[in-house]
Amino acid sequence: MLIVENLQLRLNGNSIIKDLSLHVNKGEIHGVLGENGTGKTTIAYLIMGVNNYKPTAGRILFEGQDIADLSVSQRAKRGITLAWQEPARVEGLSVRDYLKLSGNNFGIEQAKHYLRMVGMEPKQYLDRYIDNTLSGGERKRIELASVLAMRPKLAILDEPDSGIDIVALPLILNGIVEMNRQGSSVLLITHSEKMAEIAHRVSILCAGKIIRTGAAAETSLWFKDNCRTCLHINEPVEEDEKL
Amino acid sequence: MISVEQEYQGMVDAYEKAGGARSALLSTDAARLVIHRNKVLSANEVKGIRLETKETATGVNLYFLVEEGTRILHPVHLCFGILPKEGLQEIILKVNAQDNSEVHVIAHCLFPNAVKVIHKMDADIELGNNAKFDYKETHYHGEFGGIEVIPKAKVKVGKGGVWQSTFALSQGLVGKLDYDFEVFCQDRAVAELVVKVYGKGSDDIKVWEKIHLNGVGARGLAKSRLVLSDKAKAEVRGETYGNAPYARGHVDCIELVNGTEAVARAIPIVSVTNDKAKVTHEAAIGSIDRKQVETLMARGLDETEAVDVIVRGILR
Repeated sequence: MLIVENLQLRLNGNSIIKDLSLHVNKGEIHGVLGENGTGKTTIAYLIMGVNNYKPTAGRILFEGQDIADLSVSQRAKRGITLAWQEPARVEGLSVRDYLKLSGNNFGIEQAKHYLRMVGMEPKQYLDRYIDNTLSGGERKRIELASVLAMRPKLAILDEPDSGIDIVALPLILNGIVEMNRQGSSVLLITHSEKMAEIAHRVSILCAGKIIRTGAAAETSLWFKDNCRTCLHINEPVEEDEKL
Repeated sequence: MISVEQEYQGMVDAYEKAGGARSALLSTDAARLVIHRNKVLSANEVKGIRLETKETATGVNLYFLVEEGTRILHPVHLCFGILPKEGLQEIILKVNAQDNSEVHVIAHCLFPNAVKVIHKMDADIELGNNAKFDYKETHYHGEFGGIEVIPKAKVKVGKGGVWQSTFALSQGLVGKLDYDFEVFCQDRAVAELVVKVYGKGSDDIKVWEKIHLNGVGARGLAKSRLVLSDKAKAEVRGETYGNAPYARGHVDCIELVNGTEAVARAIPIVSVTNDKAKVTHEAAIGSIDRKQVETLMARGLDETEAVDVIVRGILR
């Protein structure tokens, strides 16, 4: 479904993404595990086309077509969406209207259903605005509900667990699994190997490069054993690159 | 020559286009007043509300009384306007909301065909102790921009009283706006001034909100939301004065500029003359936030649709 080939991004003379390749299969939850500063969010931005990020080299193919020159809207209309790590707040836009913007003509009952899926009581939230009266955690759950409502072909979720309290975390995990059951492929970007356990496959990102891809359990364990204690500070060593 | 009936029908049509409910102008349960230029076309009082009018050469003098202890179930509807392309309307408004009264007023100002129109309102408003007055004024202007709107008000709020006003002008071209509201709060009184304007074309907008927190524990909020496109320009002054112990005030101004030719200025003034008072301000001027736009685009909206949603949200 998504093929990223030899992707590169240079910003202000710095190489941020280095010859990165990644495949996400149809129907798959694909985790991207990486420590802080390895380029996880940058990958999300490049695939969605936001923040003025354009690849310096390489290709991003979605359902066989190179999407690198498409606008954010065009990518969304093809079925890709992004849930930001820190979602924007839009003054005066209600949760109800935000969910409806997803493009699926659904009624109020479905909007309530998607809120409940992320552990939010509709009566309490539907008519609230997605402004600074909502906490970061609430805003993130609404972001996830809106992705669920959109039913995209590919959902890019950037750190969906950050800022989420321990009670709500299982709901977020269930929401992602349900999203996948609905038919969405998921690119799950995280620094938590626990989170990555719900993925079918996991790729490990180090210094803008995928250094290993494999089954979720063993790859997450490898991440825990190697990347958590890594001393080469975000510079992949030769051995890693061969893996 | 247009008959009074035709003028009234024209006002009701314009009122509906501006988002008003036609039934509100026909109901006998709610107080209402419809004024076209200097003619009172329709009026209805209810128990506890008096609306005394006097037609002048250029407008109408209006005395609006809310009797002591009156709590009005249905909003009072006021409708002002000029339907022809040219004209002058001066409204001299005197409001007396007596102690423990509570009223919600919805005002529509309609100038759908304005090419050379001036609409002035000079209001002298007095709220008694524990009186609550909620005033929402929505303007509907045409697409010609030939209008000058000059609403000015001085509001005195008694002990424990609440004044809330919202001025909204987002339909049609603004033309020239010179908004000037000043509120004086006694002990525990609350004042909230909100202005929402969408400037386009060569609109020229001046907004001046002043709140004097003169009583112990008085609270005030001067809030403004402006969006400017094309060659529109705006200057917003938000002033709050904390003059008594435990007075709390806040000035909150956001101006968004869409394009390269619109010009926005914000001048927040916060002043404290009592060491137990606290007044804060925040003012932000900038372009429409890119992340907000891209968030909506990532749900499939085109860029112009996304900007429109953001603008409508901020002016809601």
